[in-house]
Amino acid sequence: MPLDKPYKDIPGTTIFDAEQSRKGYHLNQFCMSLMKADNRARFKADERAYLDQWPMTEEQKQAVLARDLNRCIANGGNIYFLAKIGATDGKSFQQMAGSMTGMSEEEYRDMMIAGGRSIEGNRHLGEKK
Amino acid sequence: MARISAGVYTSHVPAIGAALDLGKSHEPYWQPLFRGYDSSKEWFARNTPDVIFLVYNDHANAFSLEMIPTFAIGCAAEFMPADEGWGPRPVPRVVGHPELAAHIAHSVIQDDFDLTIVNKMDVDHGLTVPLSLMCGQPPVDKFAWPCAVIPFAVNVVQYPVPSGRRCHNLGKAIRKAIESYDEPLNVQVWGTGGMSHQLQGPRAGLINSVFDQNFLDRLIADPAGLANMPHIDYVREAGSEGIELVMWLIARGAMSEKGLKVVRRFYHVPASNTAVGHLILENPS
Repeated sequence: MPLDKPYKDIPGTTIFDAEQSRKGYHLNQFCMSLMKADNRARFKADERAYLDQWPMTEEQKQAVLARDLNRCIANGGNIYFLAKIGATDGKSFQQMAGSMTGMSEEEYRDMMIAGGRSIEGNRHLGEKK
Repeated sequence: MARISAGVYTSHVPAIGAALDLGKSHEPYWQPLFRGYDSSKEWFARNTPDVIFLVYNDHANAFSLEMIPTFAIGCAAEFMPADEGWGPRPVPRVVGHPELAAHIAHSVIQDDFDLTIVNKMDVDHGLTVPLSLMCGQPPVDKFAWPCAVIPFAVNVVQYPVPSGRRCHNLGKAIRKAIESYDEPLNVQVWGTGGMSHQLQGPRAGLINSVFDQNFLDRLIADPAGLANMPHIDYVREAGSEGIELVMWLIARGAMSEKGLKVVRRFYHVPASNTAVGHLILENPS
C-alpha cells in the first residue's frame, strides 16, 4: 500500500520527509560541514572546489552556487541545514526565508511586521486567493 | 519525592537570541516582545525550580542526517552551546541533572517509549533561547543558569515526526517518572517551539493567529482533544515549521489534566519569521 502523503497539496511547501532526505543526504551533510569555522573559510576561498569534495549532483552544486534555496529544497535540501550556507554568507534567517518568496527583503520584512502571510488562499494548491 | 510545580511554554526563535546577544532588545522592533516576558522573568525569579525538564528540538546542530532520534534525553553532566554557523551564543554552559535524567530514562523506556540516551551533545537556540527569555542574561560575575536543565530533544525536522497523541502520552509517562524520584526536587517541564511559522519555499512567512490562539485555548482546557489533531493540520494551518507545536503537548502531558492556574499568556507577531506564543501554567498544589 502506498504511503499517504496528504501534504503534497500544500502550496509553496516541500515537506522534508524520508524521500526528500534520501535525495538530499549529501547536500545536507555538506551544509553541516559549514558548522566548523575552518570549513567555512575553505568553502569561501573556493566554493566549487569545496563542493567537488562531496558526492552531490551537479544540479545540487549549481543550486548552492546560485544560492537558490528553492532549488536546493527541490533537490532534497532542508532549511535548517541550508541555513548553514546563509550563516556562512552572514545572512539572517529572515533574509533566507524571504529569498524564497520572490519578494524583496524589505517587502518581506514589512509583510512580517504587518502580521505575516495570510493563511487565506494558502491552504491548498489551486485555491482561489 | 520530586514534584512538577509548573509548565512553561514558549517559542524559541534564533533571532531572539541574536537580539539579546547583540544588545538589540531595546530597539522598537523587539521591545513589545521582550516586554511580554518581563512578568514571566519576575515569576521565574520567585519560582526558580531545582531542575527544568526542557523539551525542544535540535535544528541540524547536535544531530545531522547521520542519526535522527525521535526522542533523545540528555543524561550528561553538562552541555555546551552549539556553533550553529554564526559562532556559539555567548551564554553559560548548561548544567544537567544526570541522576534524575537516568531515572526518567529508565522509567519512561519501561513505559514503552523508546528514548535515545545521549551522553554528549551540544544544545542549540531551541534550548538556550527559552532560558534567556525566562532567566534573562546571566551576569558576568555569576555566569551560570540559575538551575539544572535536562535537555529533551524531539525530531520535528525530518517527517514523520511523532504524533500529538504520542507526545501527550509521553508527557504523562514523564510525569510518572519524575513523581517517582526519591529526592524532593522542584521540577518544571517546559515545552518550546512554534507557534505558526514557515521558513521555506514561496509560502514562507505564513502566520495564522486564529490557529495559534485556538491552540493556546485548547492546550490549557482540552489537551487530550488537542492531542488528536493530525500532523497535516499543523503543517497546512500553521506552516511547515509550525509542526514544532507537538512538543508543547509533551510538556502539557506532564501537568495535571485540570485545575491549572494560568499565570501568564502572551502572543506576539512577529519575531523574524515567527509568531511567538507563551504560557505559564501552575499545577494545583
